[in-house]
Amino acid sequence: MPKIIIAQNKCKGCELCILTCPKKNIRLSQKMNKKGFHYIEIIDPDKCNACGLCFQVCPDVAIEIWK
Amino acid sequence: MKKLFSKPESLTDTDHKYCPGCGHGIVHRLVAEVIDELGIREKTIGIAPVGCAVFAYDYWNFDVTEASHGRPPAVATGIKRFLPDRVVFTYQGDGDLAAIGMAETIHAANRGENITVIFINNAIYGMTTGQMAPTSLLGMKTTTSPFGRDPKLAGYPIRVGELLSTLEGTTFLARCAVDSAKHVLDAKKAIKKAFEVQLAGKGYSMVEILSQCPPNWKKSVPESLEYVRKEMMSYFPLGVIKDKTKA
Repeated sequence: MPKIIIAQNKCKGCELCILTCPKKNIRLSQKMNKKGFHYIEIIDPDKCNACGLCFQVCPDVAIEIWK
Repeated sequence: MKKLFSKPESLTDTDHKYCPGCGHGIVHRLVAEVIDELGIREKTIGIAPVGCAVFAYDYWNFDVTEASHGRPPAVATGIKRFLPDRVVFTYQGDGDLAAIGMAETIHAANRGENITVIFINNAIYGMTTGQMAPTSLLGMKTTTSPFGRDPKLAGYPIRVGELLSTLEGTTFLARCAVDSAKHVLDAKKAIKKAFEVQLAGKGYSMVEILSQCPPNWKKSVPESLEYVRKEMMSYFPLGVIKDKTKA
């Protein structure tokens, strides 16, 4: 199972990763970060295959992926 | 466990001050990744523009200087001629490169200066909240063209890549976008090629990158991506515009 680290305080909730994820496995959290944005969260970490497309489109480099 | 994707070394930990969905952050990361891959971090000098990317020196972990509005190609010329062993690149928006800095851009390209230019084209002045730029599309509503850009009044959008391609001094010109993961990866390849052209001493290289600007286009992020794909790409076709290294 890949490990996805999301820098919650860097995320601005722009949804580019949500639009990009081929497995539709990312959503916005109900919670807000320090800047007042709803940050992203992975719905089911088991479904992620660490393709890294979310990392490629993230303007704030808020996603780190380990496998 | 192995780290697959993470922040490149050439990027600092500073939070980007860009609006949500902006393409600048993606291009900052691509430039940083390319510099890491080529192993040139210690000898790279970047030149930040005036515009949204004015704080680029906070985000990059290598030497970056600032130039007056539109003058990065002139500053880059000076640095490159004095320190020819350094890798010098400018990072400019469309207001900086295509409006106030058009003279510097054309003459630096015409002289065939051995520099790399990263040109972010979002068809609007972002930092000053959305005035018409030379690259604004026909009919585009901005704060200074509230009824849409009218060619009788404001002329036509400038295709900078095609304009520079007629100059003998230019070596590599390409146009990319950052609207999808595939285009982001293509943009990275073009940026890498542009830096390689400079490292080989072959002359002027420029990569134009179409970027979305959701707040100033008054669009949501998905709508702005659609605008890039439908409207911008039909006027500014993607691809390599000129590659003299192959000839």
